[in-house]
Formats: sequence, structure tokens, C-alpha cells
Amino acid sequence: MGDAIRRAPTASMRAISRDRFGEGEARHLLWRAGFGGTDAQIATLAEWGPERAVDHLLDVDNAAGYPGVRSDAFDAGVIREFTREEQRAYRMALQQGDEAAVARFRGLRESMQRADRDQMRSVQRWWLTRMIESSRPLEEKMTLFWHGHFATSYRTVENSYHMFLQNQLFRSHALGNFGDLLFRIIRDPAMLKYLNNDRNFRASPNENLARELMELFALGEGQYQERDIREGARALTGYTYSGNEFVFDANRHDDGQKQILGTSGNLNGDDFVKAILARRACSDFIATKLYRWFVVDDIPARGTPARASMERVIRDLSGALRRHRYEIKPMLRMLFLSEHFYDSANRHMQIKSPAELVVGTVRSLHTPVRDLNTLLDAMELMGQRLFFPPNVAGWAGGRAWINTSTVFVRQNTTAFLLTGMTPGSGPALTERAYDPAMAIRDFVTRRPEAARDPERMAGRLLEVMLGMEIGGARRESVARVLGADGNPLSNDGILQAMMLISAMPEYQLC
Amino acid sequence: MDLHNSKAYTRRAFLVRGVTLASGAVTIPYFLQKSGVVLAQSSMLNPTGAGVPTDRILVVIQLAGGNDGLNTVVPFASDEYHRARPGISIRAEQVHRLFRQSDVGLHPALEGMKALFDDGMLTVVQGVGYPNPNRSHFTSTDIWHTADTRGVGAGWLGRYFDNQCAGSPAADAGEELAGHAGIAIGRNAPLTMQGRAYQPVSFESEELFRWTGAEASREVAEAYDQMMRGELDPTVDETNPTAAFLTRTAMDARIASDRIRRAVSTTPLTRYPRTGLGRQLAMIASMIRSGLETRVYYATLGGFDTHAGQGGAQGQHANLLRQLGDAVRAFYADLKAQGNDGRVLSMTFSEFGRRVRANASNGTDHGAAAPLFLMGPMVRAGIHGNHPSMTELEDGDLKFHTDFRRVYATVLEQWLKADSRAVLGGRFAPIRVIKQG
Repeated sequence: MGDAIRRAPTASMRAISRDRFGEGEARHLLWRAGFGGTDAQIATLAEWGPERAVDHLLDVDNAAGYPGVRSDAFDAGVIREFTREEQRAYRMALQQGDEAAVARFRGLRESMQRADRDQMRSVQRWWLTRMIESSRPLEEKMTLFWHGHFATSYRTVENSYHMFLQNQLFRSHALGNFGDLLFRIIRDPAMLKYLNNDRNFRASPNENLARELMELFALGEGQYQERDIREGARALTGYTYSGNEFVFDANRHDDGQKQILGTSGNLNGDDFVKAILARRACSDFIATKLYRWFVVDDIPARGTPARASMERVIRDLSGALRRHRYEIKPMLRMLFLSEHFYDSANRHMQIKSPAELVVGTVRSLHTPVRDLNTLLDAMELMGQRLFFPPNVAGWAGGRAWINTSTVFVRQNTTAFLLTGMTPGSGPALTERAYDPAMAIRDFVTRRPEAARDPERMAGRLLEVMLGMEIGGARRESVARVLGADGNPLSNDGILQAMMLISAMPEYQLC
Repeated sequence: MDLHNSKAYTRRAFLVRGVTLASGAVTIPYFLQKSGVVLAQSSMLNPTGAGVPTDRILVVIQLAGGNDGLNTVVPFASDEYHRARPGISIRAEQVHRLFRQSDVGLHPALEGMKALFDDGMLTVVQGVGYPNPNRSHFTSTDIWHTADTRGVGAGWLGRYFDNQCAGSPAADAGEELAGHAGIAIGRNAPLTMQGRAYQPVSFESEELFRWTGAEASREVAEAYDQMMRGELDPTVDETNPTAAFLTRTAMDARIASDRIRRAVSTTPLTRYPRTGLGRQLAMIASMIRSGLETRVYYATLGGFDTHAGQGGAQGQHANLLRQLGDAVRAFYADLKAQGNDGRVLSMTFSEFGRRVRANASNGTDHGAAAPLFLMGPMVRAGIHGNHPSMTELEDGDLKFHTDFRRVYATVLEQWLKADSRAVLGGRFAPIRVIKQG
């Protein structure tokens, strides 16, 4: 709906010229390649110009001031399988009806599971903190992309350390090589468990991982035959894990002749991945997925000019991926510098994911974090529970984020970040720690007289928070809230005005 | 873009146009666009409006944590039962017997359920479960939610809504069905009600189903209301379909919020127990009374994971069952006073029953088959099926004889008048527990 009137962006992948890269463009870049920025950060990037700004964001390995991840950040042994002896003793207790022993084993397992769920919560808090604090926001944003792409849920994995390891895998390959990541993912304990490859035996192959590897991770539907799934599953037999390590179990592996995607031989998992990477459909698939993540999620209807423009751009991006042997960074550099990326038809077209909304509000307005657990709960209510994607296809995203319930959760979560107010907590705003001047410091210092005028202040707040000019009745109503107590610079008035703006539908867009 | 280009000039279309013109907004809520068509359709199909499926309401009560079925519908005559559960078994003279000859009876705390039974409003379905029972809370809950024995996919009632939606010419994929066809009381929308496209309305209390910012000051509350009524924006950017979609959904949300909060602010016609479930069912009864077009409501009672000290005739588990029975009894008394009782069917479910043997801490661990309750004047009061054998166990658990999807099929076909095969993805024979007519 509405695609007929949707304007088509230019398909030009030429680099945007410096003089056309202003604050609006810098803001767009910060939101899409990260989680938004303050008006001071926007001004800085605009001053730098496109090349320096993009290279700064892409240079995730050298960004200073934020610690890397220590491998001992979490307890690697918080949960474990019963040992062989324990399993035997447990079975015996069950057979003999030894209730005390059975209860002891169940108690042991349940206490490990409790500790593990607690640790999962810590990992969630830890990741959300990284998204909020990192000086390498693109690294975290790409980590989130891979998490949704190779969707794996703790619900099935039930091992918080494996989820952490997988998250680290995504972070270390965030802007790296897609091929490398694919070789690693078929060795990732969380993934092996999630898609049952730990039950993939020569005698009874389990096709789950083989199928999703092609359908959801690398090629897309229609790019392979049922036979490729069957033979692919055989190639992946024996790929399992023990403890926190990948294990190749030669006894389970089927090393017979196979034919997958046109390649023949006694193929193993790596050969299967190589056959996938050799396909043009693979670079097309990844380019499309990244395009939807960074540019436009909502694909225009077939036959429209907007669709034609998108298809040309994706072809170029896919070509860049192939030329650079699946290195992600050169492709993203091309995209983030392109005239297409900054075309006004591509701005304010994405619905912020819950992570973008929450993290972006803190990062762009400098609000306090207040309470990580509350924020995680809010994100869950908005439909995005980190480490618990709904299924192997990941979060649907886009319009699926929005319904009559999540609208209020979104509005109330920003109100909470701005003021600390929770439903029913009442109007006491003044004691809250947030100084709203943080969001507009540049404006207040550079143009003190304008900041005293409710109309102009309203215009500035709208611009900072929505990234667009809003005039007419809505600006007047913001100005009225600002001027209600006679002082447009009172913190209370600014906070209320900001709350009102954050409840505007446009605040959900970036 | 002309939104008013409808072929049939109905009274509703006039109203919609009236509202639109009055507010001066190009963008009108989906809710209003939809109900125009939906209303026109249903009145064409059935001029009296009586007996159409939209009249009928289903209330699902989830007993979260795994309810101990054996101490809910008690096989008091079985020696094995008493032997397996020293310290927590219920004695014959304590249970509420449903029939003189019956070998099972209700837990003594289920006075409310016994009263419903005596009034012909309770059916006990025994031995409900599924093959290869899963004893993980997560997985087994998902299995019940999705009606899929792997626990994957959309919720069964969500799929029901999806299908209703797809059948309506008014519906575009991904948009909401008549605003609030399904309402869940709780923090999260339960998977049961989440479709591929359909998303239910869910809220813990009506306080949360509104904008908190309005509490900050009168000025900001007024400005917000004007904005959400579409009075501040004569020109929503229709060239950005995403922005227009957001605006419409936000306006929908405000309307749903207003109607729902107005509904639940009314005082119930009967007294409810002051318990969590009592509060939830009182809210649901008020929403039914207010005439919302909601077809499915969802309430949750948690705490059934009784691994330790669950008690027998009294104690932890007894308190939960009392809460359940008393709340449902008050609910039907309220509905009867409203004249709506015949429209409302309620059902309970829990992810699994518990093991036959008590454990060493006077509790019970995760088990398998268990009974569930169907309630309302339209049920055939009685007991469906035999109690599962106390001697032929499977891995220490009761064996199921009635697949839970047969219960779902019954509700879908005989109550909601829907094609259960399309929703459940297979044929499950309904059981005879609902009055026909």
C-alpha cells in the first residue's frame, strides 16, 4: 500500500560530494550505521565530511576508549551436562524408585539451570550496556544484525555461556568476512544445539542445519534442491560439541560420496560451505539482507520505480561483496558513501527496532540509563528479547514491531528514560537526574536568545529529536508546553516538550 | 489519496467520513476503516445479529508452572494414589464428589468449581496430553501455545485470527483485525494469541495501556490527546507510507486504550475475590459488558510449579486451586447478572501435570497428562473420559488418552465456528463437551 506514490531514490552509487554532506546526512549516517548521536556528534561528523565520517565509523578495530571483551567475562562452567557416571546413577535411581537420589539429581540440575538463567540475564545486561556505551556502535549494530541473521535462542540452547560465545563470534566477525563467519557458525556450539546438529548421525541424518544454512543463512529459498539438503546434512554429520568446544566426531561422520550444489566428492561441512559461497545467489542474498538492515526494510512493490532503484543498488553491492571475496567492510563503505544512501526518499523510512529505540534515545539525547532490567523488560514487551529471537528466521522487523500495545510501550519507555516516570508514578519531574539541556547544549550556548523563545526552541527540539522540520499546529503545541510556566528554558517544560515529541509517530522512525 | 471511495454508501461509511471530516485529518485509524466494512458484512450475512460467531467469547485461563492434575481431580479410591503420595494425597472424605458413583472428586479447595458443576457449567476433561511428553516448562508451554508437538510456529488462536483476517476483504496483510479481537491480561502477549500477522492487545493493568507522559501536566496531556485525535496534523506525509502506518496505529491504540480503560473502570455487578485472577476476570467481565467486539480473552494464574511443600487438602496448591475456583465462580455470577453468561466459554490449561510419586520434599516434579476444565452454561456438564490408569504408567507418569488438540478443535469448531483443520494443520476429532444448538 502506498508504493504507487512512494518516491524512487536515485540508484547512483557515486560518492556523495562533501558540500552535500550536512547535518541531516551526518544524522542519517549515525542512526543507520549506529544508534544515533548527540547534536554535537552530528555537527562533528558533518564538519569532517563523508569520507572521514564513514571511515571513522567503519574503523571498529581502532576506535579508542572502550574495552574489548574478556573471555573470562562470564562463568564458562555455570551449567554442564551430567557426566556419564551421573547419568548412569540417575537412571538407576529412576528404575529402583530411589526417590531421594532422584530428587538429588533433579535438584542439582535445577540449581544449575537457575544459575544459568541468572547468568543469561547478566549477559543481556552486558550486551545492552555495550550497545549504549561502545565507541564502536557499528560493531554492536552488526553484532545485532548477525544475531538476527543466524537467529539462535537461549530457549532451546539453555546454556548462557554458549550464547555469550556466539555473541562474541558475531562481534569478532562483525565487519569481517562472511565466508569466515559461515565456516565458524557450523562449529558454534549454540548453533549446533539450536538446529539439532548435535543429533546429526551418519545412520540417521538430521537436516535442520543443512536446510537453514541454505534457506535462511546464505542462499534463500529456491536456490537449492531437496537433494542438496539431504547431501548437505550428510556432509555435516559428526559436527557437534562437547562442553564449550566444537568437536568433529569421525565415528558419526558420513564420509561417503555426495553431490551438493553441483560439487561432488566425499564432502565435509567445509566443502558444503565452499559450495555455497561459490554461488552468485549467496552474495545477492547477503547484500539484500544488509541493504534491508541499513537502508530500507520495507521492500517496494514489483514494477515500481522505487523497486527498480533498489534492485540496481543491490546488484552493485553484491558485486562488491564478490570482488572482495565476501569482505563486508568494503561493501558497507561503498554503501555509506553513496548518493543513494543519503537520498531523501531513504531517510526516515526505517521503523526503529526496540534496541534502536532504547539505545538510540540514550545515545542521542544523553538520558540516564536508569535501570537496565527495566529497559530489557521494555524491549521484550516491544517484541525484541535479546538472545531469544522468536524463531530461526529472526525478528521480522519493520512494521511487525508496531501494534496497539507496543505503541504505548515505546512511548512510555522513552518517557521513562527522559523523566524516570513509570505508569502511575505521577508528575514529579524536577528531582530526576536528567538535564535536558544535554540534548541541545550546542543550540543553547550558540544561540542563547533563540533558546529563550518558545517557538524557536520548539523548532530546535523537534529537529534534534525527529531529524526533520515540523511546523504548523504540532510545533505550536510543543511551544505551548514549553511556555506554559512562562520560562521556556525551565527543565520541566523542556522535559515535557521532549516527552510529547517522543510520543509523535515520527520518533519511531530513523 | 482518497480513502472514502467505497462502493456501497453505508451508514457506517457515512460515519467514518463524518469523523474524518470533523477531525480534518487525511489519516484515519485502521480501526474505523475496518469496522465499517466488518459491520456492513455481518449485518448482510445475518440481519438479526444473533448467533453469529462474533457473539461468542472464549476465555483462556493459563495455569502456569504445571498444575498437579492428580490433586485437582483426585482418584481418591485408588490405593496406588495414596501410596505414591504420602503426606500430600487427598482422602476420600475430603474431596467434592461430582457423582455418587464416581471414582474421582474435586480437590476440597475447588468449592467454586463444584458450585459451577452443580449449576451445570463445568466439564472436566480427563487425561489430556500429547505423545512423547516434554517436561521442560519452556518447550511444553510452547507446545500447548502452538498446538505443534515441536512447539514451533505461531500460536493456535493467533492462527485463528490470521485466518479470520485473511477471510475478510477489509484486511491487508499485517494490519490489525478490528483493533482488539484478542485481549490478554498480562505483561506479555501470550504466544497462543500471536499469529503470523495478528498481534493481540495485551496489558497488565489498564494503567499501563496508556501514555504515562500524560501524568506530567495538564498541558502535555491535552497536547497529546489533540495529536492522537489527529487534530494537529492536517497533512500526514502520505508519500512516506511507513509514517502514515505509524500514525494510524498510534491513533488506533488511543481509541483501544480509551475504550478499554473506560470499560474496566466500571464496577463489576458481583463481588470478586481480591486475588490476582479475581482482578483479571473482573476486568474481562467489564470489557465483555461494555460491548467490545473482542472474541478471545486471556488470563494467567501462576505458581503451579510445586516442587516442594505443595500441601494436600490445605497449603500452597490448595490456595491456588481456591483462587481459581472462586474467581471463576464470581466471573460467571457477574456474567449472568449481565445476561452474557451464555456467550462465554472458558477453558483452563497447564503445560503439564506432575509426576504420580511425590518427591522427597513433599512436592511433585514435572509430569505429563492432566485434566483441564471447560466452563460456562453452554458446556455439557460432566466428566469426559476416564481417569488415566494409576498402574500403567509411562516413565512414572500418567498416560494421556485425549490429545490436547482435540480440545482445541472442539473449541474452534463448536464454539468459534472456525475450520479447525486450517488452524491446527491437521484433523483432530472434537470431543462431545459443548451443547449444540
